[in-house]
This record gives sequence, C-alpha cells and structure tokens, in this order.
Amino acid sequence: MRNIHGALVLLILCAFGAQAEVSEVYDFDTRAEEQRYQNLIAELRCPKCQNQNIADSNAPISKDMRDQVYRLMKNGATNDEIVGDLVGRFGEFVQYKPPVDKRTILLWAFPAIAVVVGVAIVAGVAIRSRKREKEESALSPEELARVKKMLADKDQQA
Amino acid sequence: MYPELGQVSLILALLLALLLSVVPLAGALTGRDSLQAFARPLASGMFVFTGLAFAILTHAFMVDDFSVAYVANNSNSMLPWFYKFSAVWGGHEGSLLLWILMLTGWTLAVAVFSRKLPSTMVSQVLSVMGMVCVGFFLFIMLTSNPFDRLLPNIPADGQDLNPLLQDFGLIVHPPMLYMGYVGFSVAFAFALAALINGRLDAAWARWSRPWTTVAWSFLTIGIALGSWWAYYELGWGGWWFWDPVENASLLPWLSGTALMHSLAVTEKRGVFKSWTVLLAIVTFALSLLGTFLVRSGVLTSVHAFASDPERGTFLLMLLGITVIGSLALYAFRAPVVHVRSRYGSLSREIFLLLNNVLLVTATLLVAIGTLYPLVLDYLDMGKLSIGEPFFNTTFSPLAVATGLLLGAGVFSRWKKTDGGWLGRKLLWPLAVSLTASVAVILIYGGFKPWAFAGVFTAVWVAVATLWDLWDKSASRQGRLHGLKRQSRSYWGMVLGHLGVAMVMAGATVVSNYGIERDVRMVPGDSAMVGDYEIVFTDIGNRRGANFTAQYGSFDVLLDGKKITELHPEKRNYPVGMSVMTEADIDGGLFRDIFVAIGERISDDAWAIRLQYKPLIRWLWLGALVMAIGGFLAIADKRYRIREKNQVKVADRAAKTGSAQAAGATS
Amino acid sequence: MKRLLLFLPLVIAVGVGIFLAAGIGKDPTKLESARIGKPVPAFSLENLNDPTQLLDESVLKGEVALLNVWAEWCPSCWDEHEYLMWLSKEKGVRIVGLNYKDQRETAFSFLGRLGNPYDEIIFDPKGSLGFDLGVYGAPETFVIDANGIVQYRHVGVVNKQVWEEVLQPVIQKAKGNS
Repeated sequence: MRNIHGALVLLILCAFGAQAEVSEVYDFDTRAEEQRYQNLIAELRCPKCQNQNIADSNAPISKDMRDQVYRLMKNGATNDEIVGDLVGRFGEFVQYKPPVDKRTILLWAFPAIAVVVGVAIVAGVAIRSRKREKEESALSPEELARVKKMLADKDQQA
Repeated sequence: MYPELGQVSLILALLLALLLSVVPLAGALTGRDSLQAFARPLASGMFVFTGLAFAILTHAFMVDDFSVAYVANNSNSMLPWFYKFSAVWGGHEGSLLLWILMLTGWTLAVAVFSRKLPSTMVSQVLSVMGMVCVGFFLFIMLTSNPFDRLLPNIPADGQDLNPLLQDFGLIVHPPMLYMGYVGFSVAFAFALAALINGRLDAAWARWSRPWTTVAWSFLTIGIALGSWWAYYELGWGGWWFWDPVENASLLPWLSGTALMHSLAVTEKRGVFKSWTVLLAIVTFALSLLGTFLVRSGVLTSVHAFASDPERGTFLLMLLGITVIGSLALYAFRAPVVHVRSRYGSLSREIFLLLNNVLLVTATLLVAIGTLYPLVLDYLDMGKLSIGEPFFNTTFSPLAVATGLLLGAGVFSRWKKTDGGWLGRKLLWPLAVSLTASVAVILIYGGFKPWAFAGVFTAVWVAVATLWDLWDKSASRQGRLHGLKRQSRSYWGMVLGHLGVAMVMAGATVVSNYGIERDVRMVPGDSAMVGDYEIVFTDIGNRRGANFTAQYGSFDVLLDGKKITELHPEKRNYPVGMSVMTEADIDGGLFRDIFVAIGERISDDAWAIRLQYKPLIRWLWLGALVMAIGGFLAIADKRYRIREKNQVKVADRAAKTGSAQAAGATS
Repeated sequence: MKRLLLFLPLVIAVGVGIFLAAGIGKDPTKLESARIGKPVPAFSLENLNDPTQLLDESVLKGEVALLNVWAEWCPSCWDEHEYLMWLSKEKGVRIVGLNYKDQRETAFSFLGRLGNPYDEIIFDPKGSLGFDLGVYGAPETFVIDANGIVQYRHVGVVNKQVWEEVLQPVIQKAKGNS
C-alpha cells in the first residue's frame, strides 16, 4: 500500500502543477559545464509531468532523463546530439524548442511576417493621409507653407 | 438549508440577468424611457443575489459544511480560517462564482458611475453586460454547481485545500486576475452598444477609456502576483514559464495594452474607430479564451482545473456565441468611411499605430504559440511542445522593438512631428541611455548581445519618459509648479512607461545574470553563489497548524560578514499526503538570495538549490508602478466633470479635423 | 470590398473555434511513441523467473506480441492485470512482460496474487530497456510485429474497450503484413 500512496502523491503533484525539488547533485569540472547542463535540462519537457521541464519535475522519468543528459555530456556529446538522443526515445514532444521544418515554418516566421504586413498597412495609412492633405488643400502653396510653419512652431511650443 | 438558499439566489440572479439583457435594450431601441429605467435596479439586484450566493458558499467553508461537495473537496477542518476563506475560490466551481460575482460587480459599477451618460447608451451597455452574465449563470448552474450536496453520505472531514494554494499569494492572485479579465467586459459592452446604435465616436472612446484602464491595471497586478507566487511557492525560482495558463492571462493583457493606446487616438483625434472597436471585442474574447483554455482541459498546463469535456463544450459554445455574435455585428456595422483627418507620417497617431502593430503581433504570437500544438495534433502532424526557448527567441525582439518605438513616440506630437526636430530631441536621451546601459552591463559582468539590447531598451524608455516630463514641466513659476500642472493622466502615462522600463530591466538582468546552483551540502558546509557565501548551519523539525516541517538554517555572508539567516522548509501535509518545499528568500531591491532544500541524499547530506537573482523584484515592482499609473490616469479630472458637454466638443472637433481637438498630452 | 475585409476577424475566430472544438475531450497528455516503425532496441536482461537466463530482443520476434510494461508499485497495473489474464487465456495473445523498476520479490507476490499472463518476463530493475523504449509511466503496452518492429504504443490501462477499439485492429494489421 505504501507504494500506491507514493504513486498517488506523484499523480497529485503532476495533476495540479507542482513544485520543484532538487533530488540529486552532479559534479562538473567547470562552472560553464554546470550552466550548460542547467540550460539543457531546462529546455527538455518531462513526458510524465507534462507541464514541467525535467529540471523541475520530480517524476522518476525526469531523473532518468537528467542522468542521461549528464552521461552524454560526460561522453562529450554536443547539445544537439543530447536533445536528439532524448527525442529519439520519447518523441519531439520532449523538446520545448520546436524544430524548424515545414510544419513549423509558419510558427517561426509569424512575428516577422506580421510586423512587415503591419508596417506596410501603417505606411499605406500614412501615405493616403498625406495624399488627402495635398488634394484637399485649397490654399495656395505660399499660404500652405506659412500655415505649416506656424503649426510646426506651435507644436514645438506646446 | 443555507446551500439551497445559495442555489435559489443564483436562480434569482439569473432571472434578473435575463431581464437585464432584454428590457433596457428593448427600451433603448423603441425609445421607451420607462423600460430603460429598469436597467439600474436590475443590475443592482443581480449583484445583490450573486453576492448572497457567494456569502453563503463562504459561510459553508467557515462552518465546515462538508455536506457541500465543493467544500468537502477543497477544505478541511484543520485549515486555518483565512485559508478556508480563500479556499472558496480554490477550485473550479468557487472560482467561477467569484468570476461571476465580479462580472455582476462591474455591471453594477457601470450602472452607478454612468449617470452622466446618455440613457440609451447606458441601457445598451448594461443589457450587453446582462447577456454575458446570463451565459455565465447558465454555465455555473448547469455544469459547475458549487452548492451540490453529498447526501446522505456526508464525509467526516474534507480532503483539504491543495497545499500549494495555502498561501497569501493565492488569496489575492485570482481576485485581481479576474477583476482584469472580467473588467474588459465593460469595454466590450461599450463597443457593442456603440455598434448597435451606430454612435462609434470620440465620446464612446472617452467613456471606454477609464474602464479599460482600470481593468488593465487589475490584470497587471494579477499577472504580477501570479508570477511572484510561482517564484516563491513553486520552489524553483522561475518567474515566468510560458505555460498555457500564463499565456492565457498575457493574451488579454497585450491586446488590452494595445486597446488603451488606440482608445487614446480615437478619443483625441477621432480616427481608427473600426480598429479600436475590434480591439475592444478581441480583448474580451481573449479573456474568455483564457477561461476556456484553463477550464476545458484541451491543453496541458500547470494549474488547469480538472478537465471535464461537458464544461469544455459548454464554455466553447458560450465563447462561440459571444465572439461570433459580436464579430458579426462588427462586420456589418463597423464604419468603413475614413474620417477626414490628417496626420503626418511622424505624427503621434502613426507612432501609436505602430505600437498597435507590435502589440497585436505579440498577442498573436502568444496565441499561435499556445494553440499551435493543438492544431498540429488535430492535423495529425505530431505532438510538439512550444515553450520558453521559442518565446525567448521570438518575443524578446518584439519587446525590444516596442520599447525603442515607445522612447521615440513619447516626444511625438499629434497630427505632425517634424523629423529633424524629433531627431535632435532624441539625441541626448540616446547618449544618456547608451552610457547608462553600458555601465549596467559592466556592473553585472559580461557583454551579451540580448542582455545589452534589453538593458538599453529599458533605460531608453525610462530616460525618454523622464526627459519628456522634464521638458513639459518647465515653467516660469518654478519646476515644482510645472510638475504640479501636469494632468493626472499624463502622470499615469509616465508611471506606466516607467513601469515598463522596470519590468524590462528586471527581466533582462535576472535572466542573463542570475545564478542557479544545485549543490550537495552537509551541515557545516558552505557554498558560493555569486559573491555570496551560504553556510548550512543546522537542520531541525517544527510543527505547523496542519503540517509538520523539517527546516534548514543557513547563514548568508557577504565579504565574510553575516547579512542574514534563511530557513527553507520541507513540509509534510498529512491530510493530502503531500510534501511541499518552502524556499526561503532574502529579498532586496537589487538582488534576491534564494535557498531551497531538496532531497536527502545520504544520512546527513542534502541536495540544496541556491540562487542569486539580481533585480528580480523589479519585475513585480514595475508591474505595480504600471498599475498605479493606470489608477492615476482614471482619476483625471476630465473623466469626471461635465462629461457630456466636453465630449460633444471633442467629438465635433475630431470630426472636422480641427486643430483645437485636444492638447498634446497623453 | 472594404466591408468584406471586416469579416476577416469573424472567419479567423470560426477557424480557431473548430480546432478548439476538436480538442475537447481528447487527452492532450497521451503521446505517440517515437519508436513506431523501428525495431525494439537491443537489450540483454535477466529473465524474471530465472536470473541465470538472459533474454534479448529475439523474444519479441517470430510472432505478433504485446509487450506490457508493468510493476508491482504501479496501481493501474493492478487494475489491468485481470484483463491481460483474459487476453492471454481466452484470446491466445502472446504477451511479453517487462517488469519495470521493480524488485523480484514484490513482482513474484504480485503474480502470485493475480496470476501470470506472460509468456516471458523481462526483468528490468533499473528501467534501462524502458528508457530506450521511451516508457514514461507504467502501464504501457506496445504492439510488436513478427519482425520485432514496434507498431503501436498504448499508454495507460488495457481494458475491453481499448482492446476492441485500438489494440485488436493493430494486431490484425500486423498479422496481415507479416
């Protein structure tokens, strides 16, 4: 029964979003390696407690995954190789950074596209307004220049 | 007996909501004042009965009435009274009731504070609010009744509130957040009313503005509280996870921010009306979308409520009717004629439009990032996760661009800004910001491109805002007089922008220069985190109200001198059989030291998490400053006196494009 | 023309609504295995019943089989076991057990109480094969074809509904192919 309770607690922790707890400590030669490890495990998602990365998750599977990350790092694997290894076992789901491919190109390119389209629309609005200003202007060019100057001066004083 | 009364109250409130959504609207459309006169009493009655239902549920928690299923599931007789109180909104049903209480509260507020508005407008606004209320009353009664009884098998004791939620942060976070979410319903109702009666003018923008700003301020505080709570309670020292539920709160915040700015343009200059009204609809729709995402279980998230397809379906229907109905109304009724108003390409109008482009892009980015996995899954194209690395890469440039634009926009003028003048104006702020940000980067050690970009943007926003304040407050009667002369809404804008600068500075510095270490420690050991030395002195036991705890004692030393002592805990809550880590934090304006104890590795050795978090408090302080700015802005005189007359003048002025429309401020 | 543009938000909203509607009632936590279409990873682990005998990936070749990941500590495994017994006895399905992160004694007491539906049981106390297979929580059940290729992975309890609607069709298909 004790084990069943343990599993229930785990279930509760997963279901309601839960806390982080450091459960093991690894030794690193340099502070940079330690930071690299921390960054890596923060970018991998726990397949069990799915709202947590494996750095924060208490699920046993997260511990196994951290072990694997550490082991591969010690073997000299690159970040891509380490992430690739875990993706090969658990699927694309475990990487928080979606790969750039034809399914996700829209996702990655969206901000750039939106900003370009948006700026183009604003430019259109501004140009149209300027055109209207010219068309509707019933004043002679000299008068217009005077008014413009007056307005500009006034604006700067305000 | 009481819970049944609560049920009856809810039914009565629903009936009043039904009447409210029909009677005043009919009165407004047929021009009958007698029907419109019902609007205010109905709004008050609806609030009173919802309040009664809420009070009855609270009472059930206070007296441990475990015959009520919701109480039995979310409370326990050993729970301290204040957590019993906050447990009222600790689960789905009760938090929904709180949502509705606030919705009726906002409705009442509109009824009370709109006496100077034309009665047809008020009637229509209140009727729209009534319709939204009807939807939510039906939702709570048909799918999520908080008064359901567990009869005849009454449990002897409750299952306890999730220990994560037994915390001050949870007492205040949801109410603030909901005040924001629900508050946007007012701007939504004003937008619909304006579309219905075709009076989409500067007056409408002026009436919507204070309501939008208040809701936005609440939402800002709510989000900040959530972030703060996650930081100290969840135990890993993070402050934003890009979790779907966080994104859900960020969506209306971003579009609400865009709405506030475009309302300013519409009010002052009478332009971009169709755009502004669309933003008002979309902002509330995003509030509803957030509610749907959190409560339907379509996405996995940190604090999703237990998912129930029936609730999800109902909420989606509610969302669908609201959004499709209002957007259809928009499509048919929004004006397409261009206002004959002129503005140069460097005018404040254009700056604010660009601000809207960036904010709306950010909104859509967060929405797409949140929903993309759902779409791919539906198309059977695999299961992807979109998390922090994605948003950090895509969201940060947008934030930086928005900040850079803001700094320049602060100096721009309505109608027209001279390019050369603006360039000269920006020169000094630019030099100051560059110097200051290089200094900051050097202090924290190490140049990183994004760290520099973030810090520079933050400083740029702050310097530009203060520079403009300095310019504007120049006065022959002295600086103090000049400062006093500025309107409250201008001060609101200054604080809002300074808050943005603080949040940007905090977010950039803490994510680039924070230090995180997991170390193995035996009592007597010490470890370094940044310049601080942490000494593990002792471990002990203590007993709390409804838990037992093991605590560690840590000395924090700087340059060999002890500055404080920290006592992180591991708590064991017997009722829910759960273990919680309570981190202990030495907070400061410029840095936090964070210590949490993890698992026992061997007999006397523990895994300890140590963190150094520079400027992290600026995130939440910045949000607070923003919110204070919002509250200050709505206290501006012009929203209170002679609203009708002034608005008419402003409206006419905007329509003719006359220069007297409004001053250059805000 | 301009009026038509104003319908754009409505169209987008309806589109989003369709995806949201499709998402309701689906369990977003269920993951597809990354090993589908690939052979069972190579392993060499003790037979639960006989520590001297080493089992390898060949136990999963030659006949379509279910590979069931279980442990005594896993509550849902207790729930599904009765059904596995029925599948093995009545339906004649070959089931290979993967005893995952468990101990021999507790595993035996589990089988002693509930019966043994397994043709072979791989003993994986460290969870190494489980890790290679991408197991993230017991119980999980894999469908392996006669060539030792993973065809499907089911996460969670196997019951009548899962058998009829999910596993049986996959097994039929796997049998047809080989």
